[in-house]
Amino acid sequence: MRRAGELHVVGRALPRVEAAAKVTGSIAYADDIELPGMLSCKLLRSHHAYARIISVDTSAARAMPGVVAVITGHDLPVKYGIMPTCEDELALEHEKVRFVGDPVAAVAAVNEETALAACRAIRVDYEPLEAVGSIEQALVPPDDEPIHDYAGPANVHRLAALEFGDVDAGFAKAAHVREDVFFFEGNTHLPMEQHSATAQVVGGKVTLWSSTQDPHYVHRALSKVLGLPMGELRVVAAPHGGGFGGKCDPFSHEIAVCKLALMTGRPVKCTLTREEVFYTHRGRHPVLMWVRTGVDDDGRILAMHFRSALDGGAYGSYGPASTLYTGALQTTTYAIPAYRFEGVRVFTNKAPCGPKRGHGTPQPRFALEVHLDKLAGELGLDPVELRRRNYVKPFTRTVNWLRITSCGLSEVTDRVLEASGYEQRLRRPGHGMGFAVSSYMCGAGLPIYWNRLPHSECVLNVGRGGVTLLSGATEIGQGSDTVLATIVAEELGLGPGDIRLVTGDTGLTPVDLGSYSSRVTFMAGNAAREAGAKMRALLVKAVAEKEGCAAGEVRVAGGRIGVMSFEEAALLAEERFGTLSTRGSYTPPEGIGGRYKGAGVGPSPAYSYSAAVVDLDADERSGEIRVNKVWLGHDIGRSINELAARGQVEGGVYMGLGEALMEAQAYRDGLLRQPSMLDYKSLTFLDMPEVETILVETVDPEGPYGAKEVGQGPLLPVIPAVVSALHDALGVWVDEVPITPDKVVRVLSARSKGKEPRYGPKGFPEVPYPALVKVAPPDAATASL
Amino acid sequence: MPRPIGRELLRVQVNGEERELLVRPYATLLEVLREELRLSGTKHGCELGECGACTVLVDGLPQLSCLLLPAQVEGAAITTIEGLADGAALHAVQRAFVERGGLQCGYCTPGMVLAAKALLDANPTPTRQEIKEALAGNLCRCTGYASILDAVEEAARLLS
Repeated sequence: MRRAGELHVVGRALPRVEAAAKVTGSIAYADDIELPGMLSCKLLRSHHAYARIISVDTSAARAMPGVVAVITGHDLPVKYGIMPTCEDELALEHEKVRFVGDPVAAVAAVNEETALAACRAIRVDYEPLEAVGSIEQALVPPDDEPIHDYAGPANVHRLAALEFGDVDAGFAKAAHVREDVFFFEGNTHLPMEQHSATAQVVGGKVTLWSSTQDPHYVHRALSKVLGLPMGELRVVAAPHGGGFGGKCDPFSHEIAVCKLALMTGRPVKCTLTREEVFYTHRGRHPVLMWVRTGVDDDGRILAMHFRSALDGGAYGSYGPASTLYTGALQTTTYAIPAYRFEGVRVFTNKAPCGPKRGHGTPQPRFALEVHLDKLAGELGLDPVELRRRNYVKPFTRTVNWLRITSCGLSEVTDRVLEASGYEQRLRRPGHGMGFAVSSYMCGAGLPIYWNRLPHSECVLNVGRGGVTLLSGATEIGQGSDTVLATIVAEELGLGPGDIRLVTGDTGLTPVDLGSYSSRVTFMAGNAAREAGAKMRALLVKAVAEKEGCAAGEVRVAGGRIGVMSFEEAALLAEERFGTLSTRGSYTPPEGIGGRYKGAGVGPSPAYSYSAAVVDLDADERSGEIRVNKVWLGHDIGRSINELAARGQVEGGVYMGLGEALMEAQAYRDGLLRQPSMLDYKSLTFLDMPEVETILVETVDPEGPYGAKEVGQGPLLPVIPAVVSALHDALGVWVDEVPITPDKVVRVLSARSKGKEPRYGPKGFPEVPYPALVKVAPPDAATASL
Repeated sequence: MPRPIGRELLRVQVNGEERELLVRPYATLLEVLREELRLSGTKHGCELGECGACTVLVDGLPQLSCLLLPAQVEGAAITTIEGLADGAALHAVQRAFVERGGLQCGYCTPGMVLAAKALLDANPTPTRQEIKEALAGNLCRCTGYASILDAVEEAARLLS
């Protein structure tokens, strides 16, 4: 591996490669696609939270001038879902609807106005069922029938019960044991771009352009539902107006436009309204959590027991993974010698939850960090010191068999404490500072469905068209294109702007699992680097042969390969070797996780580490919280583009603050309370505090140039650091996020009446957990890598 | 089929070009720009005046195109994101957004850039607080706003 001083473009704060197209409005997002003869599609959605469909009468809609086709669930009867274990969705429901917004019919018409009018003309007779609105309600047998018939008992979707090491023995030895209960209200992604999909059929082959984060999985779902071979389908991820995990599932509108295009022979587009985006959701699960930790006299953790209950909404989505993620990464920051996790996900009649930035881990991270603060308080220990005594060490293996490699946890801690002056802070009424740490994956160790394909592949071509990288990764705003172009440019001695990218196109690019789980830099980046290094070797060899020198003497930099320009060297190499096309692929290494059932969730080839300090003022009378500043230290391994990396940190802090203070996808009587951007509160320019970003480079041994993720990790510590800072400011605990002003006022009012100065859930429900799967922890030799 | 409503003539200047269009009187300026003129650089985030993504300049002032009807812009001069650059040369505000990383997914960017341009036209040397106030109606979910503030400050420097 080349050393830092030898890197030419990696690490520099260069503009994004697609920035000019974005500031001029010339980049075409999914809804900007316009094809000749195109029809508009609208979906008819349920206005019942839970109801049986008695009949659907589309005759009036079909008779309307301008309506070209109408379809219902009978036209698309094949179930699908992102995870093979819960393929429980129909593109259009024909037996029952399970949430307000569940699609029932789709219309293709000459324009959107006509399609909407036709949707209104469809008559659906419903027989309402008793809707399930809460975790507690979902755990008891339903009045009518379970929301799905493949799970249970009651409306339980998924259960997990795992134990690593002897937890009871750990608690028995503990000098001190503490229990806490927390609740994390769900929230949604709120990408600025509404989902949009356009399908076109040419010569019997379907092309779908969609605002998706993972065209590969959409491709599979389309093939299954439409009954067409994958080779007859092509899915293109259009330039993307924001995902955050919300565009990771295959969606009804994507399937409906393909079906309608096949039926009508005309291109069909469906763009969701903002209200529909709220119903489409797949956002952060509401999670109720209970945690018990036993420590010795010095505050060293001896055992931990963590329980979570997830409100999954109406469908499976990524639910089985989400459930396990609420228990998987507690161990990647703290060395826990004995650990028990019990999780449950339930179905309710709400918009389905799924993955949002940090997938399943922000909720337990909030609970764990606040729990440790309280534990430190009881022990009379400094909360930072308590954490430090339990930090994981680099190059070790956790009790649940996760392989830790590079780990900058101590360094990010030192850096944010130093920068923020946390330990020397002056105290004034209503002012507080809070600290928390976290860790996140650099791509999931396993794909969503079982297969042995590489997780990322790419092809690099050099010729008269210049340098072209074909990669299935998708640019969703996170900087995927810039990262891949920078890596190829580094290998070839060019600038990122010299690299043409063809991405996220299942018809043209080799397989890539997509933009989720913070996997692009590490996985697609490694694939791109391999292809780039192979191309570099060809160019260098051609020049070295011609010049009669050793390959090692040929310098690759500044658009030159040794004595030749890049173009001259490319021509020479093509004359010598034929077509210049190299390939790279990445598969995570074996042995990064355990071998027990459930071990597929949590392993990653590397983990990023973050630490946050939040500084705020809280108003005792109004309950308002004013965040003054956030310091965020992030172990990024190595930043590929510093400008983009800092942007990811700032955006992660922003989203974490929104989740901590105001964002909530909440319901009242089965109806979503805030299906608009006005009612769904998010931070504006005026709410957003200054962020001081500290990038720590630990140079991971397996990341491309040592790089790790930055897209999701920095969100995680922000939420508990806000809770901690509020406690520092007012002396009260709010164990439920978002911390809206009414909760602060209520807890202060409770304290003034002599009650416990705490706002949060009172208990954790009885859950029919199965018998624990007991997993022996790694032995001492395995635990130290 | 909805009850047909007759189309009306709309005369506007868009990015310096005189346009005469027959439009539905209830179509929004956003729809006219995107669907009639195919100027798809103007984005929709909510179509209810909540997010700022559809911001265009109407006679130099930032307006939400999703809340304007044709009758309200008759005879007006409209600038969309496509009309900001001078040919191939980016406007200083655009250059600053590129150089300072004031965008990620880019979907809020056209509205953000135009709102920033209007601010700098009216106040060439805004404070950071004045920039925040001027742009508070434009939501961005990616950047955390910091790099946009940097970009607008940079643009002010480039323009001075």
